[in-house]
Amino acid sequence: MELTARRERMTRKSSLWSRLHLDPWLLLLLFILMGAGLVVLYSASGQNMNTVIAQLTRFLIALAIMFIIAQFSPATMLRWAPLVYGATVLMLLAVEIMGDMGMGAQRWLVIPGVVRFQPSELMKLAMPLVLAAYLSRRELPPRWRDLLVSLVLVVIPIVMIARQPDLGTSLLVACSAVFIILLAGLTWRFIGVFALLVAAILPVLWLNMHNYQRQRVLTFLNPDTDPLGAGWNIIQSTTAIGSGGVLGKGWLEGTQSQLEFLPERHTDFIVAVLGEEFGLTGMIAVLTLYLLIVLRGLWLANDAQDSFGRLLGGSIVLTFFIYVFVNVGMVSGLLPVVGVPLPLVSFGGTSSVTLLAGFGILMSVHSHRRLLPR
Amino acid sequence: MSEEHRESARSRRSPAMEPMRGGRYALMVTIVIVALGLLGMRIVDLHIIDRTFLQGQGDARTLRTESLGAHRGMIKDRNGEPLAISTPVVTLWAEPEELPADDIQRLMLARAIDMDLEDLNARIERYQDREFMYLRRQLTPEAAQRVLDLNLSGVHAENEYRRYYPSGEVTAQLLGVTNVDDRGQEGLELAYQRHLAGEPGKRRVLKDRRGRLVRDVKLLQDAKPGGDLTLSIDQRLQYMAYRELKSAVSEHDAKGGSLVMIDNRNGEVLAMANVPSFNPNDRAGMDPGGLRNQAIVDVFEPGSVMKPLAMSAALSTGEYEPDTVIDTSPGWMRIDGFTIHDFRNYGRLTLAEILEKSSNIGMSRIALELDDTTLWERYNALGLGQPPETGFPGEADGSVPPPVRWSRSQRAALSYGYGLSVSTLQLASAYTAIANDGRRLEPSLLKRNESPEGTQVFDPEISHELLRMLEESVQPGAGGHRAAVSGYRIAGKTGTSRKSSPGGYEKDAYRSLFAGIAPVSEPRIVTVVMIDHPRGDEYYGGAVAAPVFSRVTGSALRLLDVPPDQQSEAQER
Repeated sequence: MELTARRERMTRKSSLWSRLHLDPWLLLLLFILMGAGLVVLYSASGQNMNTVIAQLTRFLIALAIMFIIAQFSPATMLRWAPLVYGATVLMLLAVEIMGDMGMGAQRWLVIPGVVRFQPSELMKLAMPLVLAAYLSRRELPPRWRDLLVSLVLVVIPIVMIARQPDLGTSLLVACSAVFIILLAGLTWRFIGVFALLVAAILPVLWLNMHNYQRQRVLTFLNPDTDPLGAGWNIIQSTTAIGSGGVLGKGWLEGTQSQLEFLPERHTDFIVAVLGEEFGLTGMIAVLTLYLLIVLRGLWLANDAQDSFGRLLGGSIVLTFFIYVFVNVGMVSGLLPVVGVPLPLVSFGGTSSVTLLAGFGILMSVHSHRRLLPR
Repeated sequence: MSEEHRESARSRRSPAMEPMRGGRYALMVTIVIVALGLLGMRIVDLHIIDRTFLQGQGDARTLRTESLGAHRGMIKDRNGEPLAISTPVVTLWAEPEELPADDIQRLMLARAIDMDLEDLNARIERYQDREFMYLRRQLTPEAAQRVLDLNLSGVHAENEYRRYYPSGEVTAQLLGVTNVDDRGQEGLELAYQRHLAGEPGKRRVLKDRRGRLVRDVKLLQDAKPGGDLTLSIDQRLQYMAYRELKSAVSEHDAKGGSLVMIDNRNGEVLAMANVPSFNPNDRAGMDPGGLRNQAIVDVFEPGSVMKPLAMSAALSTGEYEPDTVIDTSPGWMRIDGFTIHDFRNYGRLTLAEILEKSSNIGMSRIALELDDTTLWERYNALGLGQPPETGFPGEADGSVPPPVRWSRSQRAALSYGYGLSVSTLQLASAYTAIANDGRRLEPSLLKRNESPEGTQVFDPEISHELLRMLEESVQPGAGGHRAAVSGYRIAGKTGTSRKSSPGGYEKDAYRSLFAGIAPVSEPRIVTVVMIDHPRGDEYYGGAVAAPVFSRVTGSALRLLDVPPDQQSEAQER
């Protein structure tokens, strides 16, 4: 039964899209999201057309990278996964030693005149790649020994990223790893043990956090303790969102966002601009868009041919969702302030490239059908 | 099926995968939807439940109510000439913390507001902890714009009005001044503050985080401009009166003086001048002494100018006629140990001659014959010892002591103008009874729409008799002859009173007065001139005050187009 269905689908798919290794539905949803993002960005940047054009340029570059990555077969990715991972860890090490300081954190690696990028971003892809590659070759669900190896693979880069310090990225990298492991199939007993372990680690983590990180957590727990300092962002962003009401104040009409009351309004807090100017309606619309992207992505991942593809694709999509959840949760005061952008809406080049590259992998995983193995 | 074989061959490495697959993904989808539901709830919470509060919070950050300055009403003279007008000015203020820190920009700012860089820096330093400091108040809009054009952060402008007085020192004490906040502080500006000020408007504006105005949201209440005030003053007469008074004060080296001219038809004050004065447009050099509107707020012992008023009381009894003869010899008399003198021994005098020669003895003889209360009642009926009710802040009542405590000497003194105090304005108002058929007109500083009733103090015949008698006192050879005005018949009385001080009467310190009416045939104006402490050779009212009266009255009558009523003299010339 299943086999005939699959064959049917394969004949249907030998269309233009499948030859391009792209998924038209996912692509359409991404385009709508990026378009909406540019509209909000125009308002959030204080009606600065240059910002919008810069963002559009990055989108185009990211789309090109997505297209290129989609052409690689999962088998190729599987082969190269350890190498990519190893190289990224080396680059993280390089950042640690000679990286460039940007915004008070050591995150950037600069090859003078050529490129300037964050290896930690690359890790968002390298991590699921290597874990999916490793676990998909083992017996599933994974055994304790496999998990231990996975843990080492995960912890090394996460610690390095957290030391930069970049809590947001290390969190996302950790999530992508956790999703792989979850998808690979863990017993509930194991999940329970893990949860206890996390609970035990939390105090240790607290002691090792930077002051500003601790401050963020404290502020999250009660933003009103320091309304002019650390709590400012949250109070301002919830105010902006709430004052939008059901229909919002209208594009470019948000008082909190347009009048500079809202901090980081075109990057991490852009969703507050959306909430203020387009109201509940706009928020629901954009969240629905994200939901559709995630559902489509999960369907694509679930439809992948082998466990490597399924693990990798699932992790990528779920990590994408984590972006949305953490960002919107943070801006609406549900979660502590962690520097996570709203995917494909917040201004910023690197995350757009990583995200779309991730979708490129997903499309590749789904579209490459290995009729003849080996 | 080879494909199935391959599939299962691959799956052999992960046998548990197939059954787990669907379940794990379903779980993930569930988690995603639950998580999104959480976000959705939180967002609905913010948008719907907390909306009112958060919208209020949002508005509290951006919406400000600003006051819109109301244009202060103009003060005009009776002919509509502006005496006090408000012109728009701009006040610059700053948030010290937001001001640029670098020296070049500071220097530019200091230059633009005409301040030393050190002073500016010191000022900013002093206000460092505040959020507001004045940079420069009341600049012209053009000068302020030059500063704003520098586009420095933290510099703000506020539109205000500044009061300008075109007639300067001429009307200074009467109009008073406003303070830097455009509130009346003195004079009519203070008296009619509410009328002039209007009501400031309110507008709702949107401001950004740095307090810059983004846009007007709504006009809540339009500024209601203040009402104009039309005074009874005639600016032309006022100028002239001030000029003559000032020149007399300087000619006689006097301490000061005041002059009041009242329109006899309706009691309106046509001119009210005071010396010393000040320039209300230059508050830096303001002399506090010059602020007093002496004509209303200062009282003094009037001396002989009271005699015609006392005489009216005598005539009212019906026991005296203008030609009743009183023996004033030997030129002095003693009452209760006090000695009263005349200038010399005039012998027997008619009532008219008593006024003409200003005989203290004659007046005292008459006063001592009168009932205890007669003079007191008459003086009160003439408005003395009572507030003139002009509405001017600090107007003086003066005092006429009640008769219960009068001794004989006091009664005598009252008849020649001692033992009581009056203001120049009260004196002029009292004289309108003589000029206006016995009907005294309450003075007004505002233009009147209709003539007031007035108070009938004595019979019209008495006023005519008094006018005739007073006309005699300004004839050539009489004490007040220098008050004469060519072409017009005038009536008036000189006065020279010794200035009193806490220790008794001062030696060689006098006040020279003249109170007069013109023209006699149909009295139009009543003028009282008071010169305080002339220190020159002359100090008699007839020599110091009368010439001022002459010049002022002469010009005034011509300016008011009053037809001359003295053909003979005009022909003589």
